[in-house]
Amino acid sequence: MTDTLLVQSTRANVLSKLMSMDAIRPLILVAVILVGWDLAVRLLRIPPYLIPAPTLVIEQVIAQWPMLLRETMPTLTATLGGFALSALVGIPLAMLIASSKTVESYLYPLLVFSQSVPKIAVAPLFVVWFGFGVLPKIISAFLLGVFPVVVSTVLAFKSVDKEMIDLARSMRAGGLRTFIRIRLPHALPGIFSGLKVAITLAVVGAVVGEFVGSNSGIGYVLQVANGNFDLPLMFAALFVLSMMGVILFMALDAIEHFLIPWHASRRPDPNSGT
Amino acid sequence: MSAALHRIDTLAPRAEASGTHIAIAGLTKTYKTRGGSVPSLKPIDLNISKGEFVAIVGPSGCGKSTLLKLVAGLLPATTGTITIGGVKVTQPPDGVGMVFQSPVLLPWRTVRDNVLLQVEMRGRPVAAYREAAARLLHTAGLDGFEERFPWELSGGMQQRAAICRALVHDPEVLLMDEPFGALDAMTREKMNAELQRIWYETRKTVLLITHSIPEAVFLADRVVVMSSRPGSIEAVYDIDLPRPRDLSVMGEGRFVRYTQEIRKHFFAQGDLDH
Ligand SMILES: Nc1ncnc2c1ncn2[C@@H]1O[C@H](COP(=O)(O)OP(=O)(O)O)[C@@H](O)[C@H]1O
Ligand SMILES: [Mg+2]
Repeated sequence: MTDTLLVQSTRANVLSKLMSMDAIRPLILVAVILVGWDLAVRLLRIPPYLIPAPTLVIEQVIAQWPMLLRETMPTLTATLGGFALSALVGIPLAMLIASSKTVESYLYPLLVFSQSVPKIAVAPLFVVWFGFGVLPKIISAFLLGVFPVVVSTVLAFKSVDKEMIDLARSMRAGGLRTFIRIRLPHALPGIFSGLKVAITLAVVGAVVGEFVGSNSGIGYVLQVANGNFDLPLMFAALFVLSMMGVILFMALDAIEHFLIPWHASRRPDPNSGT
Repeated sequence: MSAALHRIDTLAPRAEASGTHIAIAGLTKTYKTRGGSVPSLKPIDLNISKGEFVAIVGPSGCGKSTLLKLVAGLLPATTGTITIGGVKVTQPPDGVGMVFQSPVLLPWRTVRDNVLLQVEMRGRPVAAYREAAARLLHTAGLDGFEERFPWELSGGMQQRAAICRALVHDPEVLLMDEPFGALDAMTREKMNAELQRIWYETRKTVLLITHSIPEAVFLADRVVVMSSRPGSIEAVYDIDLPRPRDLSVMGEGRFVRYTQEIRKHFFAQGDLDH
């Protein structure tokens, strides 16, 4: 009897170990969702033109893979372009806002106001202004991405300890030295949290741009599939889009890990050790 | 008598000749805020000799930190003057090291690099100070922790690292603002003994702010008692205890009489700040 107990407990152990692996957890959740989705479609007899079964979507992803991959490229370009612009404009702008109360009082309300303008409503205007090329998509991605960068970066630069600055002054350091050695490294985690939100929003922005004026890109595929009631293709395109977002996010996370190994969120948990 | 005696037998002759190292004359500070002006210091007059250890005790909010920041050149005085070594303080002076209530160590730098930040920020050649940093870390009992990050150290060790940072450029003056306020009582007493030893070996002119009366009596040559806001000097006690002092001195009658005498000021004010 003790033997069976032991076997059971080791088995439970292996299972719980597997469950606790960070990489496995989301996959388990995905599997659960897929099974639930499949069951729901089968049991409730939902027709494919409303919700296709996951098997149909997977088939479609495989069958259309070359086309999907090809159409991912313009979307990726627009996303990365918009994201880069968000960082290049957003971070210096935030530094300006954080450094001066006057600049803040002029710029911040305007920024918040501009953020409340629905991008989808103005996206067609970009087509009028910038044509059908990649530029309007980049701008659309930029407009969605820049706001979280600014908000997080402003907060990050403002949250430097008063004592830290007193310390720098007591060391007779100039503004530049204080910036490079203290303010910037201190702000990096906050900047990265803004960038991570920005990259996922840039994907959305790029697709919105493709909705209104494009003949390529995942956004275009989505629209065509939608027009043809080709739900499996639409879901396949959504899947590819999500994967793109996840991969970009993870790439950024890896860069962050490399640049900020010291951050509190990355320190080993003292309670998890044995 | 022995406080004076002590200064004679332990200090360099030039200190004897010049006597005063830090001279505070008619110093007042009134903060200008949106809500009006906040008078924080009534005229303060205080002379500190070279190599002397002066502790300041007083109730919360009486202007102790303000006084220290004024001496450090981090705040402009409203009226009056401060001179260090005959030079008027208008900006953070060169030969000063500061320790704050929290260690304010940079989490992205190792303990050694945190100590060397002092010389980096001053634009001095870091290589020339590596040996001094190693020696100080050894004196502070941080051998083997040079390559660790601050968050891997206990609170007491962090504060010791901060003291090393304040001393690495070999300043003539050490300014400390409640450096052990965040530590538990046991660690605090050990740190007092450590600080005395470090001071004994380096012979800086020290101005220590504290709200612990035993700490002040144990460490200082003179204890300055401040009244509540706007702060002014209420009394000055020469601490006539032989050096080096052992922690056991805290149980002796003379020591206890000093603390009782000083504590009376706070009972009278009805505002005991532990
Ligand atoms: N930056 C500031 N602006 C306005 N008032 C201040 C400022 N800093 C300190 N004070 C006021 O000055 C008084 C003395 O403060 P502080 O020197 O920090 O006291 P302590 O260090 O003795 O507790 C307090 O009443 C505080 O409210
Ligand atoms: Mg204070």
